[in-house]
Amino acid sequence: MDYALIGRVFIYFAQAAWVTIELSFLSLCLGLTCGFVAALARLSRNPVYSLPARVYVSVFRGTPCLIQLFLIFFGGPQIGLQLDPFEAGVLGLGINIGAYMAEAIRGAILAVDRGQPEAARSLGLSKAQTMVKVVLPQAACLMVRPLGVNTIALIKGSSLVSAISVVELTYTAHRYIGSTYRPFEIFFLSALFYLLIVSVSSYFIQRLDRRFALMI
Amino acid sequence: MVGLKFTVLLSYIDVFALGAMWTGILCFASIAFSIVGGIPMAMAVLSRHELVRRPVAFLTWVFRGTPLLLQLYMIYFGLPKVGLYLSPITSGILGLSLHYSVYNADVIRAGIAAIDTGQHEASRSLGLSKLQTMRKVIIPQALRNVAPALGNNFIALLKESALVSIITVPELTLSAQLGISETFRPFEFYLAAGAIYYAINFLLEFGLKRVEMKAALSR
Repeated sequence: MDYALIGRVFIYFAQAAWVTIELSFLSLCLGLTCGFVAALARLSRNPVYSLPARVYVSVFRGTPCLIQLFLIFFGGPQIGLQLDPFEAGVLGLGINIGAYMAEAIRGAILAVDRGQPEAARSLGLSKAQTMVKVVLPQAACLMVRPLGVNTIALIKGSSLVSAISVVELTYTAHRYIGSTYRPFEIFFLSALFYLLIVSVSSYFIQRLDRRFALMI
Repeated sequence: MVGLKFTVLLSYIDVFALGAMWTGILCFASIAFSIVGGIPMAMAVLSRHELVRRPVAFLTWVFRGTPLLLQLYMIYFGLPKVGLYLSPITSGILGLSLHYSVYNADVIRAGIAAIDTGQHEASRSLGLSKLQTMRKVIIPQALRNVAPALGNNFIALLKESALVSIITVPELTLSAQLGISETFRPFEFYLAAGAIYYAINFLLEFGLKRVEMKAALSR
């Protein structure tokens, strides 16, 4: 094990880890947004909303994330979409994980007892108010765990954007394996950073889970 | 939409078919190996012997916490350094199998732990050894119980199999890239590849649902 090498390239991996974190965070925000919109649309009785949502969820859960990223980054210019790698990565990852999150959110909302929205509506609350003030807070504690799983999957899925040349951890690992021919040291360093990011995220998700669990 | 010409795909049907075939072979082999690998890992994690449990649990944590792509790079670039020269497709199958063995091990472990202790007691009192109990009584039941969860992992495997194109396995994604390198039309080709993956996914889900129904019947 060449510790000197690890010492020399550590800073580059730390910088790349930061890119991974930024990427994951931005995609998470986009994914949550898409997920909520798609889940609510899917639950609508109006097919104008529910059908596109069903298609979105089915297509983006049924095809590989890598293909989606390639389609957006390499195929985008043909339909007038010129994005740089980071933007394409955030868009691709966000839309992809949004489909998974939509299912998790929809499942949590459906699990809330029917009596709750019925009672809320009969007390005069509008559909929107029912959803925001009654259903979602109760669904929240049920969504945290599956959304947490999706978030960890997102962090690991961020490695795919190395294939569209975003300089994150896996890209840096590939690059340094190629230039130093020391795959084990490089893997050790990359794994260290990924495990760190995943462990810290898991910790915060568990805290979130505990906090929301109290709300029942 | 300016400049999209889907007719170029027609001359590449054979390329796509070959790629889809390799994807199918890759996934089938990886699914099989991941079950075969997952069972001993699950049993190791449940073992009372610390010397067995700790290393396997640590390995599980590492493989679950790092991306598949990184693991594939390790296998593809790292193994030759220790003298093991595997072809891309073998590396791909090894990587996918290892990664999903770990995920399956977690699922199977939960399945084994959920089996009523009465089953253990009954088979032991009938004279079966611990290994025989596991092999003939516990594991078949556990596998049937967790079949849906394993099915989800297999579907995920199918989609992540696209990654092995990066280590030059001639599967569907690489076939699409072959077409792109000749026609410079990434949108049409990646869309077609996506559609084929969607179709394979649909078939896999259909097949898995039938297996799950059979598994549920024999419970």
